[in-house]
Amino acid sequence: MDRVKGATLTGAEIVVRCLQEEGVQHVFGYPGGAVLFIYDALFKQDKVRHVLVRHEQGAAHAADGYSRSSNKIGVCLVTSGPGVTNAVTGIATAYMDSIPMVVITGQVPTHAIGLDAFQEVDAVGITRPCVKHNFLVKNVADLAMTMKKAFYLARTGRPGPVLVDIPKDVTTQTCEFHYPETVAMRSYNPVRKGHAGQIKKAAQLLLGAKRPMIYTGGGVVLSDASSQLKELVRLLGFPCTNTLMGLGAYPATDRQFLGMLGMHGTYEANLAMQNCDVLLAIGARFDDRVIGDPAHFAQNPRQIIHIDIDPSSISKRVKVDVPIVGNIPDVLDEFLKILKDSKPQDIKAWWQQIEEWRAKDCLKYDRHAKIIKPQFVLEKLHEVTRGEAFVTSDVGQHQMWAAQFYKFDRPRRWINSGGLGTMGFGLPAAMGVQLANPGATVACVTGESSIMMCLQELSTCKQYRLPVKIVNLNNKYMGMVRQWQQFFHGNRYAESYMDALPDFVKLAEGYGHRGVLIDKPADVEPALKEAFGRKNELVFLDFITDQTENVYPMIPGGKGITEMILSEDL
Amino acid sequence: MRHIISILVENEAGALSRISGLFSARGYNIESLTVAPTEDASMSRMTIVTTGSEDVIEQITKQLNKLVEVVEVVDLSEAEHIERELMLIKVRAGAKEREDMKRVADIFRGRIIDVSDSTYTIELTGDGAKLDAFIHALDPGGIIETVRTGASGIGRGNRILKV
Repeated sequence: MDRVKGATLTGAEIVVRCLQEEGVQHVFGYPGGAVLFIYDALFKQDKVRHVLVRHEQGAAHAADGYSRSSNKIGVCLVTSGPGVTNAVTGIATAYMDSIPMVVITGQVPTHAIGLDAFQEVDAVGITRPCVKHNFLVKNVADLAMTMKKAFYLARTGRPGPVLVDIPKDVTTQTCEFHYPETVAMRSYNPVRKGHAGQIKKAAQLLLGAKRPMIYTGGGVVLSDASSQLKELVRLLGFPCTNTLMGLGAYPATDRQFLGMLGMHGTYEANLAMQNCDVLLAIGARFDDRVIGDPAHFAQNPRQIIHIDIDPSSISKRVKVDVPIVGNIPDVLDEFLKILKDSKPQDIKAWWQQIEEWRAKDCLKYDRHAKIIKPQFVLEKLHEVTRGEAFVTSDVGQHQMWAAQFYKFDRPRRWINSGGLGTMGFGLPAAMGVQLANPGATVACVTGESSIMMCLQELSTCKQYRLPVKIVNLNNKYMGMVRQWQQFFHGNRYAESYMDALPDFVKLAEGYGHRGVLIDKPADVEPALKEAFGRKNELVFLDFITDQTENVYPMIPGGKGITEMILSEDL
Repeated sequence: MRHIISILVENEAGALSRISGLFSARGYNIESLTVAPTEDASMSRMTIVTTGSEDVIEQITKQLNKLVEVVEVVDLSEAEHIERELMLIKVRAGAKEREDMKRVADIFRGRIIDVSDSTYTIELTGDGAKLDAFIHALDPGGIIETVRTGASGIGRGNRILKV
C-alpha cells in the first residue's frame, strides 16, 4: 500500500490505514460477507495483525481485555447481522466498565439498508444504548475522519466503546486518503482540570477529618492515576478501600488498605465506609453492589468529596458535598501540591477502631478441610505467581474469591466484568491480555459454568499459542446462584446444578492443550507450580472444590452496607 | 415538577433517537418533544417537557450533556422564560354552531384557517394551559380532531442559548 498521503484508496484500504495510523497492532475479529473487502485489505499488509476468534463475543471480550491490561485501545472487527449481535454482549460489557474500544462492523450495502437484506441488522440502533457513541458511515469521504473520531472518543473523557458501522459498498468506493491529525468537536470537550476552589475546599475537609476514608473505583485504574493515589493515601495516612473495578489501584498488601468494599467486601472496609466523617471518593460511582441501600448509607452524617470525569456519576445515588469534575491524575496532582506540607488530624483512635474491625478476620475459612476450598486455591495462586499475574475472571463466586484473595498490588492486573457481570468474559479477555502483554503470566479464574459460555476460544488460544492458565473452580453449581438460593429461596436450588458436565481434562486435550484434574488440597500447590512452570503451554486446571462454600461477607441485595452476613466460621 | 429542557444538538441522523432512547432507557418522562433545525442548519434545537424531582432533572441534564452529539443543554424553567405551543383544532361548525364557535375562537385569539360547510379548523398559539382552557371551553362533542406541537421555549431577555 502506498504510504504517501493523499493516495487514492478504497474504503477497505482506508480502514486498515487508519488502524495503522492509530498504531493498532492487533485486531480481534471474524470475517463475513460484509467485511470481505476489509479482510482483503488486511491480508495485503503486515502491520496490523488479525486474531481470528471462534465467536464474535470472544472478539469483543478479547479486545476489551487487551484494553484493560494495557493502555492500548482494543479493536474488534465483525461482519453485519449476527456478527454484530454476537458482539453486543461484549460491547455492553466494555460499556458498563468504561473500557476504551473500537468496534468495526460490516453493514449491508447502502442501497440495501432498510430492505431486510441478508444479514442486515440496525447495528447503530441495536448498540446505541451500550456504546459511548456510534457511527454509520455512508460516504467513503467521511471514513477517515470517522475512524479518527472513534479512537478519540473511545480514549478521552470517560472512556467507552465506539462502534463504526461500514456498509459494504463504502469499502469498495475510493477517495483520497488523509488521516486527520487532530479532531475537534464542538459538542464534545471533556474537562481535564478540576475546579481549583473545590479542590481547596476538599483539601480543608480532609485535613479536618477525624474519621477519614478514601474509596476509589475503576476510574483510578482507567486514568492511570495509581501512583498519585498511593502518594496521597500515604501522605495523609488515611485508610483506603477499592471497589471491585478499582482493585490494584492501591496495593492490596499495604497496611492502609482495608480490602475491597461492597456486597462481598471486607467487614472493616464496609464499616469504615459507614462510620467515616469525611469520605473521599475517586473514580467510583456508589453503585448498588458497593453501598447497598443508599437510604441506609445516608443515615450516618458524613462529608463526601467526589472526584470523577463524568458529572453524571456525581450525586446520582448519593448526594455529594464537594463535587470535583476532572481527570483524576490532574486533580490528584493538585491535591498533592496543596497537601504536601500540611498536617492532617491525629486519627489514631480511628485506626484503632479499624484494627478492631480488621481483627474479626472476615475472610477466614476452614484451612483444614479435606475437600479443596476455593479460597485456598486462590491464596496458592497468589503465592505461586508471586502476586504478579494478570488475573481475568468470569462471573460468580470464583470472581469474588479472586477479588478477595488475590492481593493485587498493581493496577490493570485484575480484569473482570464488574458492571455487566458477563459470564464467559474470562477466557477471551485472557487472550487479549496475553497478546497485549506477551511473556506475562496470565491466569483465567473461572468456574465450570462460566467457562462453558465461551469455551470455543480454547481453539483460538491454540492457534495463537496463548499460554493462559485456566483455574477452573469446579463445584458443579452456578455457585453464586446456589448461594442466593440457599440464603433467600429456602434452599430450593432451581436449575443451578449442572448435570452431565464434560470431562474438562479431555476437553482441554481435545483442543490440543494440557488438562489436569485436582481433587485433593495437598495437590493444589504442586499442580499450580507445575502449570505455571509451563511458560509456553495453556494448562486447564480443573479443581474439584467444596460445593457448599459461600462467599462471605455478604450484604443481601437492597440491604445496608453494614448489614453483612458473616461466615459461620467466625 | 414540570421542567422545560432546551437542547442544541448536531443535526445528524440518529441524534433524535439517542435523546429519546436515553429517556426511555433511564425511565424519564417525556411530556412533549419538539425539534427542528435552527438558523444554523447544522444544528437542531429541541424542547423537551418532562417531569421529575430535582435529582431526576439534574440527572437528565447531566445525561443529555454526556451524549456526544449534544452541544448545549439548558433547563429553561430554572429562570424567566416564554413557552408557546401551536394547536390546530377541527371543530363542528354547522349553521347552528358557526357564530358561537367564531366567538370562542376570537376570545382565545384563535384564527380560523380552514372552513368547510360543516367545520372550522382553528389555529391557536399559547402556553399549554391556554390550549387546555380552549379545549375545555368547547363542547366535547363539537371537537372533531386536534393536533398539538408540544411546547417550544425560549429564555427571556438576555438569557440566550446559542453557540
